[in-house]
Amino acid sequence: MARVSVTVDGIRYEDDVEPRLLLVHYLRDRLGRTGTPVGCDTSNCGSCTVHLDGQSVKSCTILTLQADGSSITTIQGLATGPGEENQHPLQRAFHDQHGLQCGYCTPGMIMAAADLLNNNPDPSEQEIREGLEGNLCRCTGYQNIVKAVQQAAGQTPGGSATDAPVEVSA
Amino acid sequence: MTELDAGLLAEQVAESGQQTPPTGQRELGRPRKRKEDAKLITGQTTWTDNIQMPGMAHIAVLRSPMAHARIASIDVSPALQRPGVFAAFTAADLGVDGMSLPCAWPVTEDMVHPDHHPLATDEVRHLGDAVAIVCARDRYSAADALEAIEVDYDPLPAVIDMEAALAGGDLVHGDKGTNKSFTWPLVNGDVDGAFNGAAHVVERRYINQRLLPTPMEPRAVVVAPIAAADEYTVYSSTQVPHILRLMLALTTGIPEQKIRVIAPDVGGGFGAKLNVYAEEVICLMAAKKLGRPVKWNESRSENYQATIHGRDQIQRISAAFDADGRMRGLKVDLLADMGAYLQLVTPGIPILGAFMYNSIYKMDALDFKATGVFTTKTPTDAYRGAGRPEATFAIERLMDDAAYDLGMEPFELRERNWIKHEEFPYETIAGLTYDSGNYEAATAKAKTLFGYDDLRREQQERRDRQDPVQLGIGISTFTEMCGLAPSRVLGSLSYGAGGWEAADVRVLPSGKVEVVTGTSPHGQGHVTSWSQIVADALGVPFEDVEVLHGDTKSSPQGLDTYGSRSLVVGGVAVHKACQKVIDKARRVAAHLLEAAEGDLEFANGTFSVKGSPEAKQSIGDVALATFLNHNLPDGMEPTLNSSYVFDPENFSYPHGTHLCAVDVDTETGMVKIRKYVAVDDIGNVVNPQIVEGQIHGGLAQGIAQALFEEAVYDADCNLVTGTMVDYTIPSAADLPHFDLDRTETPATTNPLGVKGVGEAGTIASTPAVVNAVVDALRHLGVRDVRMPCTPERVWRAIQDSGGAGGGDGGDRAAAGTVAYGGASTSTVDDVQAGREGDAR
Repeated sequence: MARVSVTVDGIRYEDDVEPRLLLVHYLRDRLGRTGTPVGCDTSNCGSCTVHLDGQSVKSCTILTLQADGSSITTIQGLATGPGEENQHPLQRAFHDQHGLQCGYCTPGMIMAAADLLNNNPDPSEQEIREGLEGNLCRCTGYQNIVKAVQQAAGQTPGGSATDAPVEVSA
Repeated sequence: MTELDAGLLAEQVAESGQQTPPTGQRELGRPRKRKEDAKLITGQTTWTDNIQMPGMAHIAVLRSPMAHARIASIDVSPALQRPGVFAAFTAADLGVDGMSLPCAWPVTEDMVHPDHHPLATDEVRHLGDAVAIVCARDRYSAADALEAIEVDYDPLPAVIDMEAALAGGDLVHGDKGTNKSFTWPLVNGDVDGAFNGAAHVVERRYINQRLLPTPMEPRAVVVAPIAAADEYTVYSSTQVPHILRLMLALTTGIPEQKIRVIAPDVGGGFGAKLNVYAEEVICLMAAKKLGRPVKWNESRSENYQATIHGRDQIQRISAAFDADGRMRGLKVDLLADMGAYLQLVTPGIPILGAFMYNSIYKMDALDFKATGVFTTKTPTDAYRGAGRPEATFAIERLMDDAAYDLGMEPFELRERNWIKHEEFPYETIAGLTYDSGNYEAATAKAKTLFGYDDLRREQQERRDRQDPVQLGIGISTFTEMCGLAPSRVLGSLSYGAGGWEAADVRVLPSGKVEVVTGTSPHGQGHVTSWSQIVADALGVPFEDVEVLHGDTKSSPQGLDTYGSRSLVVGGVAVHKACQKVIDKARRVAAHLLEAAEGDLEFANGTFSVKGSPEAKQSIGDVALATFLNHNLPDGMEPTLNSSYVFDPENFSYPHGTHLCAVDVDTETGMVKIRKYVAVDDIGNVVNPQIVEGQIHGGLAQGIAQALFEEAVYDADCNLVTGTMVDYTIPSAADLPHFDLDRTETPATTNPLGVKGVGEAGTIASTPAVVNAVVDALRHLGVRDVRMPCTPERVWRAIQDSGGAGGGDGGDRAAAGTVAYGGASTSTVDDVQAGREGDAR
């Protein structure tokens, strides 16, 4: 067992962990931060993406010990409070643009997209597609994920229009 | 007293702002944002693997490391010495050695149906076959202890190739004496006459490769027992909680009423979670045995070995044409790889395809035959489209090839043969009645959106100047049968269940509405769409509708979600239950308004008396009055709650025209999709944003089959593509932007006029892409490229064709056609389609 000290979504934790404990299992099984899911065992799918000191990482590739002294943000710490108005622009954009279906890849996709926009605030479509290459989605075909990132980047208007009523036919 | 209380309650309801006035807005067709999203975008999810319970045991499953072997001995006792281990079980220890996992679709009376024990007893028959389990305090302890179990295997020969397996030799199930499970025929019309009198016969052999469905959430199971009462709550990442409950009862002997199944948030399915799996039985029996909650969750590597695979058919197809290109008859001879065992609907998958080879085309005769073959591979079963993608691929590939051979433009050949819009309803050669469709309209729209004529011109220019990057244009004019299904038809096909769906609509005292559906969504957005159906029917606000699903306690009746059935069966059930609510409410409203029922009209959620619009009662008013029951018609039951079980009269037949343009680098074999246009006709649309999402995702999976994905086995039947490193599902960078449009020809067989959409994109897109790849290379002599069309395969196809270019494909074909006055037969048997890699 080894001692780690980490801050997760604003809360500081000190724990004794097995040296082999993956960060994602620490988050899920020890801290109950189950918003971050696991989709593979080879670091391909990106479902488990979180921010480690502001950078996106796949939390299945990091040992908990390696995160010692770090600050971690998960999908559950991204909004500043309950309610839609406190959500991160990417969370709202994924909702507006129907950028998710089953939602399993969504936490990782949003965290990866947030990092992408931090590094490149005004990406082209191709840059978005390549920037999210490490995050796999099986439901959406990615088109609406790309649109969501474009919305969050301010390239397209928000989605209140998508709730527009249709004409009532006589 | 009662008057006072009633008034007070009505006042409180009104003042609380709880009762919202009717909206007067049409909800159907509106792109509502999803109610499901709030929890999913904030991580407040309930995936099965999230569940932790006090004292819970984590189960790890020991799996066979080889494809086929006799188990000489198993010793689980060393595992018990490891720290934190509660128990370790073999099949006999767990009491599952006498159990067999269910197959609900015995397609023929003489189908060979071997036992499929949840844990192997004497033999393992595919890589990943479950052998023993460990139950421990956490997932790491369980994984450690698994390594301590000692198993001696005596290797047996692997059975890899379907054609070899049928020819004789090594057996998957030695006691059965054959590797053939069944042969299922469908014959109609004078087939010999059609072929003997044909001017042209086009014959092909296509390989529909094995695929790994890969929902992003691997499977997981949690079972919470109340041991003293022999009661169990089963949480499973399943598409089919209702079917699972019944099948678990039948398989284990635990009474059905003692099992509650919950499908919490489920992270995709695509057919892979339409099953009853060994681990569900294992977890249930382990919870019973241990008297403590248990959990198993699948790693992705396990998922690729232990969750069903899809497709894997060898398709021999030949079509007879008149001299003018009219199709006379079709022969199809399929080999379908069952894998090592029959899972829930394994044998039925090729049968679902049987009715779709004729597709949208008219013909005089059909001779279809499917043979199910056992191999030492993971069982196959339903994967998005289930039988129809295979059929659509074969017929649409063949139509392109035939057009080339006949010297016709591919659209011209299709149009000559397809059912005209004025001919609906149309009974097909396969015996189905297509209720509606308009192939002309969808095709015209797609060609315009695509810029078909311009792209054909560009293609010719690039051929003329021998551009190393060639342009190919692929066509897919498809239909499919979905919305499973009329129960009687399923019965006639020996399917072990009906095809109805159930809905309850509960009207709460405040006028809010709860809907209970028997469908079980896992990404499809039923909560949103069903809310729209209810809001539209009852005239209540969209926000006032809540949808309950996926729990056999709250939604006791249902047949779940698969086969693009949820809206066209389950959504229609919701609509019909709403009509019953309105009928009941009308009686109450008439009583309250002191009017005859026949004098009331109902619009926008309000009953009013014809001719005196000021006298009215809203659904909310009626709900409150019914709750109070102070003044209802004599003898009336004081409830508006209504149920409906809808059994459709026919399948649903969405159709459409998809066009794909690819750039193929003839020097590297690299294929890049340049433009993809999908014009789908799914009848009336409830939520266009959700519909587009379904089509986007469907296209991605169909394109993935065409270009990227294949489950590959080596010569010893080891799964080479055993992780996501090797099994390459596409990323955002691999896929293009899709251009979508719709035509709307309402279904005539349900009151909403809707058709299924979940599988359409997958079914249509695979042949569109491969047709485009081949089209880019036909002038070089390439006639087929086996899927997935990887750069290596495309490059080899070009090399193997000998670069026999020269001239326009159409000209060559036309010349060939005229040269032979009599019958001509063209075959591309194993040319380029190649046997390379057949030992997979």
